[in-house]
Amino acid sequence: MTTTARPALDVPRLRAEFPILATSVRGRPLVYLDNAATSQKPKAVIDALRRYYMTQNANVHRGVYALSEMATAAYEAVREKARVFLNARTEQEIVFVRGTTEAVNLVAASWGRTNLRSGDEVLVSAMEHHSNIVPWQLVCEATGARIRVIPMNQQGELELDQYERLLEGPVKLVAVAHISNSLGTLNPVADMTRLAHEHGAVVLVDGAQGAPHIPIDVQGLDADFYTVSGHKMYGPTGFGLLYGRERLLDAMPPYQGGGDMIKAVTFARTTYADPPARFEAGTPHIAGGIGFGTAIDWLAGLDRDAAAAHEQDLVDYATGRLREISGVRVIGTAAHKAAVVSFVMDGVHAHDVGTIVDQDGVAIRTGHHCAQPVMDFFGVPATARASFGCYNTREEVDVLVAALQKVRKVFA
Amino acid sequence: MADLTDLYQQVIVEHNRSPRNFKQLAHPTRRAEGSNPLCGDQISLEVELQGDRIADVGFQGSGCAISQASASLMTGAVQGKTEAEAEALFQVVHAMLTAAPGVSVDSAKLGKLAALSGVRQFPMRVKCASLPWHTLRAALRAVPTPVSTE
Repeated sequence: MTTTARPALDVPRLRAEFPILATSVRGRPLVYLDNAATSQKPKAVIDALRRYYMTQNANVHRGVYALSEMATAAYEAVREKARVFLNARTEQEIVFVRGTTEAVNLVAASWGRTNLRSGDEVLVSAMEHHSNIVPWQLVCEATGARIRVIPMNQQGELELDQYERLLEGPVKLVAVAHISNSLGTLNPVADMTRLAHEHGAVVLVDGAQGAPHIPIDVQGLDADFYTVSGHKMYGPTGFGLLYGRERLLDAMPPYQGGGDMIKAVTFARTTYADPPARFEAGTPHIAGGIGFGTAIDWLAGLDRDAAAAHEQDLVDYATGRLREISGVRVIGTAAHKAAVVSFVMDGVHAHDVGTIVDQDGVAIRTGHHCAQPVMDFFGVPATARASFGCYNTREEVDVLVAALQKVRKVFA
Repeated sequence: MADLTDLYQQVIVEHNRSPRNFKQLAHPTRRAEGSNPLCGDQISLEVELQGDRIADVGFQGSGCAISQASASLMTGAVQGKTEAEAEALFQVVHAMLTAAPGVSVDSAKLGKLAALSGVRQFPMRVKCASLPWHTLRAALRAVPTPVSTE
């Protein structure tokens, strides 16, 4: 795979790599501002999926024939790419999963059921996505452990002094988002991990919104588990990563049983494969994995710092422009934010906002963003959310703002 | 093409701003909850039946303009009706909300409820308009709630 280094972020050229950005919706150019839900895909990724099915399709880890060897090699090559992408120590620390939801469920079911006992505590932050709450509730119900919540302030920043106090308890695991999907808050996960480790707790970082926007270094963060969603970082749906510290994965029982995760099976006894295969039962999403590898390559060709700076500019610009509209309130005003601007409009429900701006081709998410506790905390039933990718522009923010002015007119 | 003014007719906007029968009843005989958890629309509905006639009906809750206006219009429309008449109205409204594009809607039976006729052009919003009606039906049939139209 060849990648071309770009000196700085050339947004028009970037946009040209995404076929869907040239399409229209309701007769208007698509303004896609729902990247926190899923990003669009560059042509390179789309081509990789097509190429796989056209020329490489075979099951992996099984056949002795050339095609299967080729598919296996292409698929397994993604593991090393993922290792480099996350700066993991070894490929054994990279588990292929369907996405972040499966990654969290895997850790909760396997590590959680093995290590949690009645009276133990799991800390989850007040801004977690449901997928980083519910799996822990399930394992707590099964084990008698209990969940405690790391509180946040009105800006949507975690209260670290309270976090330290909570860590004095019998905490076994901390589950925290790298970047909040509903507020955009960039959490200080390196500090949080250090504090957790001082108290003997393991840390899972939900990187669904992290990996698309900032370079990830799991060793620098000292995370024990880190989850990645491929489709939010320009890859296909149905493929993601669980990074796990090798000694933790080694001690964990399988998550699902089936083919590919065993050393030997008899009806009396089965011995399990070593990680990561132990956690990868069944035929995986091979094409998705190969497309994900292409997305990693594509991101590697991007000046990540320039992209992050560009996205930060969009957040700042959107925040300023939204505040010009009467009755608009931005929800989530943390000092450190990335890629997400949530807001509410006085007297107008977010779904009405979403339907009206859609008439101008603007795609934003409206609702509770799978983070109902966050909505409850801010006392709103729902928010509208604009979330950015590297290909978005200030002009698109202007289209959103103009569309929001129409919302005001409809409800005047 | 779907037009915003079809969806957000003046009647809808006005009922959303000043919902009718947004109240708790003193003597409810039936009660039901409706909720669309994915989108967050939520309604509590109370009915006071005298015999088989709806003597009073009130709702509370939160949600988008379509769900709130639909609940407001509905409570006005079924006030004083028998259970059978309310069920017949449910059928008419349901047919209107789910009619295929191009199929004409008999607005004679609808009265003010015709303001909801534009909703069918916005498939994602049909569940918002229909939630209060399903909740009413659950209340009248004493079906365990909450109901959902998602």
